[in-house]
Amino acid sequence: MSIDLAHFTPLPALAGGLLIGLAATLLVLGNGRIAGISGILGGLLDATSSDRAWRAAFVLGLFVAPWIFRFFTALPVVTITSSPPVLVVAGLLVGIGTRYASGCTSGHGVCGLSRGSIRSLAATATFMAAGFFTVFVTRHLLRF
Amino acid sequence: MLILNALLAGLIFATGLIVSGMANPAKVLGFLDIGGNWDPSLVFVMAGAIAVASVGFAIGRRLKRSLFNAPMSLPTATRIDRRLLAGSAMFGAGWGLAGFCPGPVLLSAGSGEFKAMLFVIAMLVGMKIFSLAEQRATQTN
Repeated sequence: MSIDLAHFTPLPALAGGLLIGLAATLLVLGNGRIAGISGILGGLLDATSSDRAWRAAFVLGLFVAPWIFRFFTALPVVTITSSPPVLVVAGLLVGIGTRYASGCTSGHGVCGLSRGSIRSLAATATFMAAGFFTVFVTRHLLRF
Repeated sequence: MLILNALLAGLIFATGLIVSGMANPAKVLGFLDIGGNWDPSLVFVMAGAIAVASVGFAIGRRLKRSLFNAPMSLPTATRIDRRLLAGSAMFGAGWGLAGFCPGPVLLSAGSGEFKAMLFVIAMLVGMKIFSLAEQRATQTN
């Protein structure tokens, strides 16, 4: 392992993290809800979900934010190297996996760890380990 | 107020993702590549987010109702079972394949990235597969 100093951006990362923490705080204090994206989205798809409005509003916020950001300054470049078939497989895995696990990077990683949940710590350690393993296999063993 | 607050939370959440660089899957894959040239930025994102949100949850835990008078619906599950671990492993594999998790990919799809939209459609199909499987499981039991 070596540290990628050319791409390492500790200050913007920390600043962005503070904003994400602020958003999670707003949602729990205002709505009594966890800012977990997979849970919010899953509940929106669920036909029996009676509380669709706030979920739709949160997702709308995610969609609209880049357009507002663009109004003030240029959006950072997004590089998606994966091919369409890989994106489809990855999307299916993320969709099914996050619902079975009842959470993703935001619900378990940010909110769960902030609540001191051991269950979320186990989930976060597992998906991080699986992510490290997958990238190791695809980049260094199979050389995608 | 509940809807406006959720909209505001979504806007701030997404702005945080953009500012942190985590909207870019190449940056996320740089973090997951511990065997190569490692970019530790995501550690700082998590640290910043947890520093603020842990204060939010410490206050939230003491509330009977939210500030806009909604019931507090915080998770009560504590069991570490196979569903949690297998689901997380599946999620991590998908995350490592493309560098996208649910928040950043919704944001990228919203900003008009075609490949992100493709991922979102597959993710929604995956979530629907889960719901259908759950319905079947409860019907047969």
